[in-house]
Amino acid sequence: MSTKSERPLSPHLQIYKPMLTMTMSIVHRITGTMLFFATILLAWWLVSAAAGPHYFDFVEGLLTSIIGRLILLGCTWALIQHALGGLKHLLWDTGRGYDLDVIEKLAKGSLVLSVVLTVAVWAIAYGVR
Amino acid sequence: MVELNLPKNSRVQDGKSWPEPDGARIKEFRVYRWNPDDGKNPQVDTYKIDLDKCGPMVLDAIIKIKDEQDPSLTFRRSCREGICGSCAMNIDGTNTLACTKAIEDVNGPVKIYPLPHMEVVKDLVPDLTNFYAQHRSIEPWLQTTTAEPEREWLQSSEDREKIDGLYECILCACCSTSCPSYWWNGDRYLGPAVLLQAYRWLIDSRDEFTGDRLDNIEDPFRLYRCHTIMNCAKACPKGLNPAKAIAGIKKMLVERRV
Repeated sequence: MSTKSERPLSPHLQIYKPMLTMTMSIVHRITGTMLFFATILLAWWLVSAAAGPHYFDFVEGLLTSIIGRLILLGCTWALIQHALGGLKHLLWDTGRGYDLDVIEKLAKGSLVLSVVLTVAVWAIAYGVR
Repeated sequence: MVELNLPKNSRVQDGKSWPEPDGARIKEFRVYRWNPDDGKNPQVDTYKIDLDKCGPMVLDAIIKIKDEQDPSLTFRRSCREGICGSCAMNIDGTNTLACTKAIEDVNGPVKIYPLPHMEVVKDLVPDLTNFYAQHRSIEPWLQTTTAEPEREWLQSSEDREKIDGLYECILCACCSTSCPSYWWNGDRYLGPAVLLQAYRWLIDSRDEFTGDRLDNIEDPFRLYRCHTIMNCAKACPKGLNPAKAIAGIKKMLVERRV
C-alpha cells in the first residue's frame, strides 16, 4: 500500500459553470469590501473639511478629478448594489423567494436596477449642480 | 479555508485521446481520470462515441466506454433511474446524476468530473466518508419520549405534507458539493444535503426531540455557513430546494427565541 499516491482534490471553481446567482453572491461580498474603503474616503473628506479650507480644496480637487469621479461612481454603484443585495437577503430571511425562477429574477433585477439607479443618482447630481 | 487553486498533486493534465469509431453522429466525452497506483497527476482522457449506438443518457455513454473501449474507467452506478444517487458527478459544469442527464442536452464535448472539491478515490469516485458522518451527526431517525403506539405513529394529512420536498432527497451529494461554502468549510459546515435532512426531522410532527435537534445545529459553522449562494437548489437532480429548507431551520431558531 505504500506505493499509493496521496488522493487528489477534485477540481471545483476551475470547472463549475459560472452562474449569475452565484456571481451576484460574490458581488455582494466585493461591494461590501468596496464600501469599507468608500467609508474611509468619506471620513477623509469630512476630516479635510474640519482641517480648514486649504486642505479641503486639495481633497475636493482630488475627488472631483476624472479618476476621483470614476472612483466615486464605483462607490455609488457599490452602495446601491449592496443595499439591493441586502434587501434580497431580508426577503430570503423571511423564508420567501427561493423558487428557481425567482432567484434568477432577483439576481438579474438587482444588477439592472443598481446600474439604473447609479446613473439616476449621477444624473440628478449633475442636474442640481 | 478558501483555497482557490488546486494543490500541486491535484492539477489536471491532458490525457490520452482514444480512437474514434466509425459513425455519423460522433460525440466527444472528456473524462477526468486518476489512478492511485501510477503516481501521476489526474488527467482528462478523450473518448469518442457513436450516438446511434448508445443510449440517451450520459451514464449510458460511460458504461459503453467501460464496456467497449476502456475497462479501467471507474465510476459508481446502480439503479440507472435517478433513485439511488450513486452516479452523481459533475457533467457540463454542474453536478447532476449521469443516469438522468441526457447527452443531447450538452452542447459540444461532454466534460465529466467527479463531484467538486472532494478527495478522489479513483477516476469519478469521490470519498464520501465525511458526508455520511455528517448525515449521521444529525441523527436522521424518529426520536420520541412518549410510549410507542400499538400501531403506527399517526400524522394528519397537513402535517404529512410538510415533509414533501424533503423526504425525496436521495443523498447523492450533488447539492453539498456544488456549494462554495461547503468547498471552503466542508470539515465543519454540514452542507445543504445534511441540513435539508435535518429540517426533514425538525418539522416532522411525530418527532419529539425538536429542541435538542435545534441545539445541535445552532452553530456558526454547522448551520450559518449557508450564505444563500443557491448553487444547491440549482444542482438538485430531484428538483428539491435545500436553500429553502435551511431558511426554514434559521426561521425555527429565530421563532424559538421570541
